[in-house]
Amino acid sequence: MSAPDTGDRTPGAAAGSQSSLATALTPVLTVAVSLLGLCLLWGFAANAWPSRAFPGPGQVWQVLLAEAASGDLFYHLGATLGRVAAAYVIAMVVGSVIGVLLGSYRNADRFFNPWVILFLNIPALVVIVLAYIWFGLNEAAAIGAVAVNKIPNVVVTMREGARALDPNYAEMAAVYRFGPLDRIRHVLLPQLQPYLAAASRSGIALIWKIVLVVELLGRSNGVGFQIYLYFQLFDVAAILAYTLAFVAVMLVIELLVVQPVERHATRWRRRPA
Amino acid sequence: MQPVGAAVPLRVDIAEKIFRSAQGVSITALRDLSFEVRQGEFACLLGPSGCGKTTTLRILLGLDKDFSGSFQLPEGGSNRIAAVFQEPILLPWRTVEQNVRLALPKSLRTKNLDGLFDTLGLAGMRSLYPAELSLGLARRAALARAFATEPAVLFLDEPFASLDERTAERLRHLLLTVWSARPTTALMVTHNLREALMLSDRIIVLAQRPAHVLGMFDVRLPRHYRNTQVMSDLLRSFHQKFPGVA
Repeated sequence: MSAPDTGDRTPGAAAGSQSSLATALTPVLTVAVSLLGLCLLWGFAANAWPSRAFPGPGQVWQVLLAEAASGDLFYHLGATLGRVAAAYVIAMVVGSVIGVLLGSYRNADRFFNPWVILFLNIPALVVIVLAYIWFGLNEAAAIGAVAVNKIPNVVVTMREGARALDPNYAEMAAVYRFGPLDRIRHVLLPQLQPYLAAASRSGIALIWKIVLVVELLGRSNGVGFQIYLYFQLFDVAAILAYTLAFVAVMLVIELLVVQPVERHATRWRRRPA
Repeated sequence: MQPVGAAVPLRVDIAEKIFRSAQGVSITALRDLSFEVRQGEFACLLGPSGCGKTTTLRILLGLDKDFSGSFQLPEGGSNRIAAVFQEPILLPWRTVEQNVRLALPKSLRTKNLDGLFDTLGLAGMRSLYPAELSLGLARRAALARAFATEPAVLFLDEPFASLDERTAERLRHLLLTVWSARPTTALMVTHNLREALMLSDRIIVLAQRPAHVLGMFDVRLPRHYRNTQVMSDLLRSFHQKFPGVA
């Protein structure tokens, strides 16, 4: 759950600054070398089997630069990112509330559990198609369809979280008359944090893949729309360029947003040396 | 209710408390349990393990509403209650000081707690997280939280039971120190007779299954007279009055 960061947890007082810097850089270097190796392997394979359907990393890079220069890349990345963010927020909020309620009330859980299983097993494609038919080819239908696909997963994870709540904390809060907001902020959410993190992690990855399908089927911008366009043109280099660009964006979000937030949320787990 | 209600902050009249298991077995834990705790008094509920002391306390704390009978907490003014549980139950994701302040009503959140932290020897630990505290320090933080609220009644549920005897002894003295500095009506549950004799003004002796009051034992001596010699005298007279208890 917590990110394997060696850097800020080891007290650097005893260790020399040089060796602690090396320790901090080792994971970064490992990732860089690993990705470089993948690129080399890809380039080698593309050279060995030259084909229009299998461009090398150089060609993809050229397309990426061209799309970035024209501004298309950022426009479509932005459109997709906006949909991912909206669907993510809706799915997390709605799924968490339903999940915690089901985890807290056994009878409600017994009644609604079949619904959860039903929605868990409805293919994403069906939800998207139905949403477009019922609500039209618009932004609300697109984002709603993605959220509905994700909500059952969040419900299942958060239901586990609610079942694992320690009743002692709730009783302490009752005796000391914590207000409802204090209970949510200081008692409930910190206990649910690992489950929220798990739901977020799997959520972002799943959501952006579904967003691409939504865009392919019924929007006129976004990474999914571009991939569909270049599929019809049989332009594999452009397809890969858009895919890699978006994966890179998601990686940056993971490193700059998700992991720091998680480190902040779990800072109390630090043990004395 | 009656005007006398103000002088008696805690009046307990539990007719019956029955536990029903899922298999349909029912156990009567408490029957006709009645007692009072007077204003400013430190009373102990003494009884063997499993006799229903914690059950009684949970009812008084409002955590268990499935019983017949009634109890009365002080009316008007500060009707806040505080509790020190068997485990400290500090929020692990909040510091010692945040844990204490969160228990206070919003209007008192920023009040000065230096004296209280000093008395309990927690002055340097306010910004630590509970995981960084020893068992004894965590108990002190739980005491700080309880006394910070300046409760009308303080409930203690064997707060030192899971500690080694030396730490427990130190904490009992600390409890007396902070309690005499911030006097409040207190009801402590314990199965430890020596602890009850050392801390309380009056011991409410419980009989087992279903729990009811066997009798009262007044400890009229000022606490600073309760040295080893006096304690063995107290023990002897307690055993004369309640043969076979504890």
